[in-house]
Amino acid sequence: MPTSPAESRYDVAVLGAGPAGLAAAVSASQAGARVALLDSAARPGGQYWRNRGDADSGALHHDWSTFRALRGELRGRIDHLAQHAVWHAEHDEHGLDLYALCDGAERIVRAAALVLATGAYDRQLPFPGWTLPGVFTAGAVQALLKGHGVLAGRRIAVAGTGPFLLAVAAGLAQSGADVVGVFEAGHPAEFARFPGALARNPAKLTEGARYLATLARHRIPYHPRTAVIAAHGDGELNQIITATLTREWQVVPGSETPVDCDTLAVGYGFTPQLEIPLQLGCDTRLDVDGSLVAIADSRQRSTRERVYLAGEVCGVAGAAASVVEGHLAGLAAAEDVLAATPDPKQLRRLRRQRGSLRSFAHAMHTAFPVPAGWIGWVTPDTTVCRCEEVDARTVEAAIDELGAADPRAVKLYARPGMGLCQGRVCGYATTCLLAAREGRTPTADDLRSLTARPIANPIKLGVIAAGQRTGPQTKPAGANSTELKNYSVQCHMRHVIL
Amino acid sequence: MSAEFRFDGEPVSVEPGQSIGAALIAGGRRSWRTTRHGGAPRGVFCGIGICFDCLVTVNGEPNQRACLAEAVAGDVVTTQEGSGHADLAC
Repeated sequence: MPTSPAESRYDVAVLGAGPAGLAAAVSASQAGARVALLDSAARPGGQYWRNRGDADSGALHHDWSTFRALRGELRGRIDHLAQHAVWHAEHDEHGLDLYALCDGAERIVRAAALVLATGAYDRQLPFPGWTLPGVFTAGAVQALLKGHGVLAGRRIAVAGTGPFLLAVAAGLAQSGADVVGVFEAGHPAEFARFPGALARNPAKLTEGARYLATLARHRIPYHPRTAVIAAHGDGELNQIITATLTREWQVVPGSETPVDCDTLAVGYGFTPQLEIPLQLGCDTRLDVDGSLVAIADSRQRSTRERVYLAGEVCGVAGAAASVVEGHLAGLAAAEDVLAATPDPKQLRRLRRQRGSLRSFAHAMHTAFPVPAGWIGWVTPDTTVCRCEEVDARTVEAAIDELGAADPRAVKLYARPGMGLCQGRVCGYATTCLLAAREGRTPTADDLRSLTARPIANPIKLGVIAAGQRTGPQTKPAGANSTELKNYSVQCHMRHVIL
Repeated sequence: MSAEFRFDGEPVSVEPGQSIGAALIAGGRRSWRTTRHGGAPRGVFCGIGICFDCLVTVNGEPNQRACLAEAVAGDVVTTQEGSGHADLAC
């Protein structure tokens, strides 16, 4: 049990100050709970409402009024622990302990219940040249613009799959960038197969139509069934190669086309951030988009007691769904801890909203799948793991010659996922490469093996050593601080020395 | 109102609340690190602290994520080569 510097216990801790976390904090505090909202950023908003603080007019944001309302509700009612990067979480006999890093020191936050709203990050597929400076994730280009007021480049291509590309391209165009095109590997017409989900979500359609109108106004071409299959440049990006794809994402021979640009924003959906749910032992499953997600029940309860899930961690569905799930999670946590019975009408309304929004997400994932054809764009020299600079040839040799039969073995033999990012970027691709070699699709077990990370944020050995506590009760069981330190060194050397 | 920090000796202007990485990009720089094995140039990739591609040395401390580290006037930021621990005999 931690002895110091743990502090008095909160009723509910919420991890993540994006749409889901803000809503969870609001609902839990309105139900009477004493709430701590932890987030690694300096300002609330998460990735979706990433903002420039008082300097931000909200003009580039969607549904800014919801953010302002949530933030307004929280003022003075909760403890917002900004710039707290949680590296570890565990159950003990009193509830939950969160180990956070703040200003280089460790702080332990204790709570009777925990809402996990850790969000997601861009899912990436490797292609030749994707390590060149000038190639960014779509989320990075969006974050630079919304969080820092900076255009990532001058001539920008937007590529990948899913409606997020439209939001990114529209924001760039509105801010004065020359957007050379949106290259969508899928086809939006696939949406038409889900009339019910569309009819239940008119706001989503309006949002999409607004982005398309912005693209049209700026004469930005939208290319469905087209991908960026290579990036070229001497030291930095100056040209991409686009190609027409079949439905299974095989390149149509002869369709390769060079496009000059200095910047590429690319993303193939999102990967939920599951380190903390997995540390706490929450069960996970494979979602329809091929991502590993944590399992939540109809009240957003996880499979572990007093741990709740909201937003992208339990399935990528966008900000509106995250807000609804955040409210549900906050209400459930307050009910379980304080016996604060929620208004049944409010519960019914939230659950109906969640149903509609989840049906839209299901349609979106089915309309914009990531079929395995992309593996055909990967050449033997293509970098798969950016951190350890492991190419596809080396990954395939680990499978074919060394006999790696699961992603973890590939990681141990060839080092993809061993570097600083701990497989966050290459884990999905490595898993797909292995599964394709075996003529199958990735399973939840495949993904789980590269997603479990006992250390969720880089921490210095000195901070662990300075902690006047015994080690966490789990991983490894009953370890004292020296054993924990050794364990950390063995497993996460590069992470720990940062 | 903009302030300044120094990157490899050159002044870089920064708006309040901007990260070091955002300020470098706004100033026209695309890369500021070389990789440990291939010596390849890297800059911002994920922009949100996930990928660790954008590492810089800030006031002598290596391995800081430029996309997250808020630029402070007077900071001395330098390119990071390899692990950033070249000063250590290991």
